[in-house]
Amino acid sequence: MKNEYDVIVVGAGPAGSMAARFAAEQGVSVLMLEKDRDVGYPVRCGEAISKAGVEEFIKSDDKWIAAKISKFSFNAPDGTEIIIEFGDAGYVLERRIFDYELARTAAEAGAEILTRAYVNGLLFDEDGTVCGVKYEFNGEQKELRSKIVIAADGVESRVGRWAGLKTHIDFRDMESAVQITAANIPVDQNTLYFYFGKDVAPNGYFWIFPKGNNKANIGLGVSGIIGKKKSAQSFLDDFMNKHYPNAPILTKIAGGVPCSITLDKISAPGIMLVGDAARQVNPLSGGGIASGMIGGSIAGRIAGEAIKMNKLNHILTYDKAWNDRLGKRHEIFNRIKEGIYNFSDDKFNSIAHSVLKVPIEKRTLGKVFTTALMNNPSLLLDIAKVFVI
Amino acid sequence: MEYRQAKTGKLLIEILPDRCDFCGCCVGVCPEDAIELKEAEIFIIDPRCTNCAKCVWSCPIEVIKFNREGVPVGK
Repeated sequence: MKNEYDVIVVGAGPAGSMAARFAAEQGVSVLMLEKDRDVGYPVRCGEAISKAGVEEFIKSDDKWIAAKISKFSFNAPDGTEIIIEFGDAGYVLERRIFDYELARTAAEAGAEILTRAYVNGLLFDEDGTVCGVKYEFNGEQKELRSKIVIAADGVESRVGRWAGLKTHIDFRDMESAVQITAANIPVDQNTLYFYFGKDVAPNGYFWIFPKGNNKANIGLGVSGIIGKKKSAQSFLDDFMNKHYPNAPILTKIAGGVPCSITLDKISAPGIMLVGDAARQVNPLSGGGIASGMIGGSIAGRIAGEAIKMNKLNHILTYDKAWNDRLGKRHEIFNRIKEGIYNFSDDKFNSIAHSVLKVPIEKRTLGKVFTTALMNNPSLLLDIAKVFVI
Repeated sequence: MEYRQAKTGKLLIEILPDRCDFCGCCVGVCPEDAIELKEAEIFIIDPRCTNCAKCVWSCPIEVIKFNREGVPVGK
């Protein structure tokens, strides 16, 4: 270990690893700190991602692909199932291996990695610029200076807070999730299943994602508004008791998905925020692996450039670079999410019934959308409301 | 009985650490940065807590409780 680094990355999830890798690729010194014992574990995620989202950063490898996905199944509250086929477009990952491999690519690019290093504060220059981290390692409190800190500390996002950025998320936008890996779930192994409605996952969705050999990643997220009355755990128990009362549970864990637009500010002198910490999750789907990797890669590249140019305020261009790539799109997704959140069970049912009339070979997500609109004039109004600010 | 004091009076929020998954939902929604979370350790930073209960509503597994009686010292 060095006495000082150009870049310190806090958190070794997909966003942190990509930030570390893209910075290290520019030839600057990078250290990535992870608070847990292992990179990639525990897994708090539905683990589904598009093939394109993965392959922008790493070559597909069967060792971290649990299932290859070619179909979506959307299930309305009355049981109507809409299947959409789309070729070989996605994967369900084995995140504990996937994250590990991503960290390895960062290491290959030259980044150093330290696990069990718990960052609990920041160092500041006289002018308030972030210039390093305080962390606990082996029971000892330590300090380490860096020119840039990249906060990839996940849903908690405390590092950004310490730097003075407003990172706390409205409890209504926090999808509190609980997820299990279960065996003996006999669903199609190439289909992602989504369930909607107030009984299964109000203001969110319930998922069953296959993981090969009839294992499945099952879970749901609910907004804090719902959590006031009934917890995610309670919804999961109800669903499992009803549909798979005897399924063996291999893992069970809670997690939080920040489903909002990106923070107003994701960089400040000496610090950049990436992934869940920056609220870079797609607010409509709750998917954050691909968008986190994109955010991390942009931040890492800009951090590396800033150090090479010896022009540290270059990191402030990161906000615009992110907004141009995905941030603005997420604002639209967020408006759609807020519209869908208000749909009643009847509305979901009537959309499903309309889409069912489209032959399966003609069903695409876009087609589903337009069909839903054409057959439900009132929905058109809802969607219009969604797009009109 | 003595109660731990929070900014607005008695601390009424209680985390049951033995059942916690350390997922960070509560930390993410806490407006006061009043929750400390390590790998397998969690606690409320008393002077910062305002008993707003957002952490309670956001906990996926009902490990954070709102206790109207207050949480005793040394618990």
